[in-house]
Amino acid sequence: MDNVIRRRTPGARLARLALYAALLLAALFYLLPLAVMLITSMKPLDEISAGSLLALPQSPTLAPWAKAWGEACTGMRCEGVGGYFWNSFAIVIPAVAISTVIGALNGYALTKWRFRGSELLFALMLFGCFIPFQVVLLPMAQTLGWLGLSSSRAGLILVHVIFGIAFTTLFFRNFYVAVPTELVSAAKLDGAGFFRIFWRILLPVSAPIIVVSVIWQFTQIWNDFLFGVAFSAHDTQPVTVALNNLVNTSTGVREYNVDMAAAMIAALPTLVVYVLAGKYFVRGLTAGSVKG
Amino acid sequence: MTLSTSLRQEGRAASRRSSSGRLQDWLPRLVLAPSVAISLFFVYGFMLWTFILSLTSSRMLPSYDFIGFAQYGRLMENERWWVASTNLVIFGGLFVVICLVLGAFLAILLDQRIRREGTLRTIYLYPMALSFIVTGVVWKWLLNPGLGLQAMVRSWGFESFTFDWLIDPDMAVYTLVIAAVWQASGFVMALFLAGLRGIDDSIIKAAQLDGGSLPRIYWRVVIPCLRPVMFSAVMILAHIAIKSFDLVVALTGGGPGYASDLPATFMYTHAFTRAQVGLGSASAMLMLGGVLAILIPYLYSELRSRKHG
Amino acid sequence: MHASKRLPSPRKTVLALATGLAASLTLSSVQAGDVEVLHWWTSGGEAQAANVLKELMEDEGHTWEDFAVAGGGGETAMTVLKSRAMSGNPPSAAQIKGPEIQEWGELGLLGDLDGVAEAQQWETLLPETVAEVMRHDGHYVAVPVNVHRVNWLWANPEVLDDAGVEMPATLDELFAAAEPLREAGYIPLAHGGQAWQDATLFEDIVLATAGTDYYRRALVDLDPEALGGEPMIEALSTFKRLRELMDDDMSGRDWNIATSMVIEGDAAMQLMGDWAKGEFTAAGLTAGEDYLCAPAPGTQDAFTFNIDSLAMFRVSDEGEREAQEDLARLVLEPTFQKAFNMAKGSIPARPDLDMSEFDRCAQQSLADFQRTADEGGLVPSMAHGMAVRAAVQGAIFDVVTNYFNDSDMEAEEAARRMVNTAQAAY
Repeated sequence: MDNVIRRRTPGARLARLALYAALLLAALFYLLPLAVMLITSMKPLDEISAGSLLALPQSPTLAPWAKAWGEACTGMRCEGVGGYFWNSFAIVIPAVAISTVIGALNGYALTKWRFRGSELLFALMLFGCFIPFQVVLLPMAQTLGWLGLSSSRAGLILVHVIFGIAFTTLFFRNFYVAVPTELVSAAKLDGAGFFRIFWRILLPVSAPIIVVSVIWQFTQIWNDFLFGVAFSAHDTQPVTVALNNLVNTSTGVREYNVDMAAAMIAALPTLVVYVLAGKYFVRGLTAGSVKG
Repeated sequence: MTLSTSLRQEGRAASRRSSSGRLQDWLPRLVLAPSVAISLFFVYGFMLWTFILSLTSSRMLPSYDFIGFAQYGRLMENERWWVASTNLVIFGGLFVVICLVLGAFLAILLDQRIRREGTLRTIYLYPMALSFIVTGVVWKWLLNPGLGLQAMVRSWGFESFTFDWLIDPDMAVYTLVIAAVWQASGFVMALFLAGLRGIDDSIIKAAQLDGGSLPRIYWRVVIPCLRPVMFSAVMILAHIAIKSFDLVVALTGGGPGYASDLPATFMYTHAFTRAQVGLGSASAMLMLGGVLAILIPYLYSELRSRKHG
Repeated sequence: MHASKRLPSPRKTVLALATGLAASLTLSSVQAGDVEVLHWWTSGGEAQAANVLKELMEDEGHTWEDFAVAGGGGETAMTVLKSRAMSGNPPSAAQIKGPEIQEWGELGLLGDLDGVAEAQQWETLLPETVAEVMRHDGHYVAVPVNVHRVNWLWANPEVLDDAGVEMPATLDELFAAAEPLREAGYIPLAHGGQAWQDATLFEDIVLATAGTDYYRRALVDLDPEALGGEPMIEALSTFKRLRELMDDDMSGRDWNIATSMVIEGDAAMQLMGDWAKGEFTAAGLTAGEDYLCAPAPGTQDAFTFNIDSLAMFRVSDEGEREAQEDLARLVLEPTFQKAFNMAKGSIPARPDLDMSEFDRCAQQSLADFQRTADEGGLVPSMAHGMAVRAAVQGAIFDVVTNYFNDSDMEAEEAARRMVNTAQAAY
């Protein structure tokens, strides 16, 4: 079955060796910062200022992790970053779900129900990806004020949906473009409606691209700081705000071990999503580009 | 019962029931309408608003005291703006190209039926999951000559090893490229890998029968098939490059001096930190203009060629 | 809901006694309210100290809604504040300082605190220099929390001894100390290459080489003649010479890393504001013994101040209004002033407190504050946003940091740019 390097000649073996070497080297490059974070997060503070970055901890400790989770001060509340998780989930889950649904419908309408100007509309929407968030901060604040949604969870979710649909639409459109049109045309001839075709034909093959969209949106929204800090109320701040308060405090002693532990904790949900869904991620993108 | 027959039956039922043939024609447009409206208001409306502000003398908060194009004039005379713009060209160009090349390269390597592919893929992909609020600190350590890689390699006995880009005003912008590539190239790899898996084996087999060498087959046959993937990748990378903000703030803070400033940080610094909303808006407009100038031709050619293809 | 409904705690009674006059002057119809306070006191020590204020507020029956945003010395918090103001929903109180108070006042967004000010007699309680910053258009709109001194030199005495040098009192002594320190294997001056740190050094040098009158003319009044004049060129050249005292890896370094270089004995000295004390204290060191503090060389007769303050936004809710006034009053109570300033390294905003619990550096700071206030050496810090508006400050930062990091730029050129950009940024 193999159409690639697998002939067992010495040359091929050498090539294979070089292949693995290159892959491992790349893995080292990607892992280096994570290793530094992990090592630092398990060192007592005095070892950090004294030793080298990659020196293993002499007396490894999990105390920084415990502190980051439940005790570190992020403002006047000294309850660690743990308590902010719920706030983040309460924003991320609805925002991801809504933007994915809208993106799927948009992608479907743009590819299977093309009409005059639909490509133009797509291009128009795509441009929304490129607006830096700093630019829209003030107008967005004013708009949320008009809508009566300032400093509310609903407002923040709305903002994330608005600036997320450009991407989800891009993903779904590029995926659906490759889904054979014949099935859809046949169904149309038979009088099946817009939503029925979506439900029965497109959705069943969409699992992979849904995963892509969810991963992307989840990461973007979970890691967002600027909107999170500007548009949330004091009691609905996402975990990135807590993390920022921990890490970017400009006076007093910086506990790098706690910083690193908090960073890893805050990144845990996205990491889990990547590890669990990474497989589908690639598989899914694949399915879409198969030409029928 | 096959899917298509069941659909056919349901479809007949639907057409019998409803008089909504015309509605069905309009449904796709109705579905798109909210998104388009959102784009018009929240993207184009805000751009217009920003443009209007760029014509005013707004300082701490927007005001509507019009002064024509004076802010643009000030921007043109601002040396820091030119440094930031030049940096975006250097940073954006290198970042996109390196990510594409590295991503495609790793994807091709991973596509060679590798053991532990899943693990490697996750390793390449994970940086995308982390925010620069923290990884910036780590990169700052790693790239700091006295603390990070340079010190490490020197401690291994290579006393003359030098890697001090972070503190060199001429090279600092390249450290941004390194950290940004680290973050995004794995994602590009995943996109390409998916694309590769989607290519029909028979195309490659046919090419092999024709006697092409492996690199040649990839270059001439496989990579051209990846064009749609490339499109998505370029869009995502360009978006990351233009929006790069946390990265600069965390890694170099725009320094040494303001040698590694980017338009996004320039805009933020002036509009927010320095209470010059008018000037910041002008810089935002120029930045968006630059994006348009590059993207529109690309979008146009991609969407056009795809229509015919 | 009211404080009176709670069990009277002994602590509260003591407090009520302590507050004496002020407490008796608060309006009889005490209404409880929510105050949302936007601030960037996020480090462990600061947070604990600020917690004192929160508890005091809660003892009065109010609810404290904490909105802390760290980052960039308050830059991020200001961004949040602007977006909140745009949405018509500003917090009740926000940590705003210096000329920025005036800018918010001009927008008509601040409420006045004249009632509390009169009741608590701020006119006599606060030094005039401090009070002036808190007023907009003749009305008090903010309450001062503390006074930082920026022009400090910190040193590790062991390192100085080892190299056989004294704590430098003049710039010449500072430069002269460099060689023996280098020979003994130390970095003479620890520094972090960030724009605000560069500017902090720059203003110390301007004070040392050209004096406080010139400082005021150039960096506060922005007199173009002074800004581009001969003293500026001299100050700039001297400023650049400081590079000789630093290590090569300073670029982008956070100030507290530089401080830890002094603590660890890798570097001898650091020029930094008195918040640096927090680092020494956390390392278990005692002022005057394990580390030394002195005015930045050549600036003994100057005191560059940096005052943190809380500004109150105009609110319509009566309970919130009450809470704001109580907050302003409590900020100036001895309990909070002591707790907060001992944690922060600064001195109290009211000079009448007993300083015996403070360390030697803080005691000297207060003495110098009063002396310089009389002699005219008390000046606002440009580097810390007390002297000029943010736009001008940013423009000066750009020139200073670029000049400091660009080996080719001449001092004359930098001075010329300083005049141009300061004017362009108005």
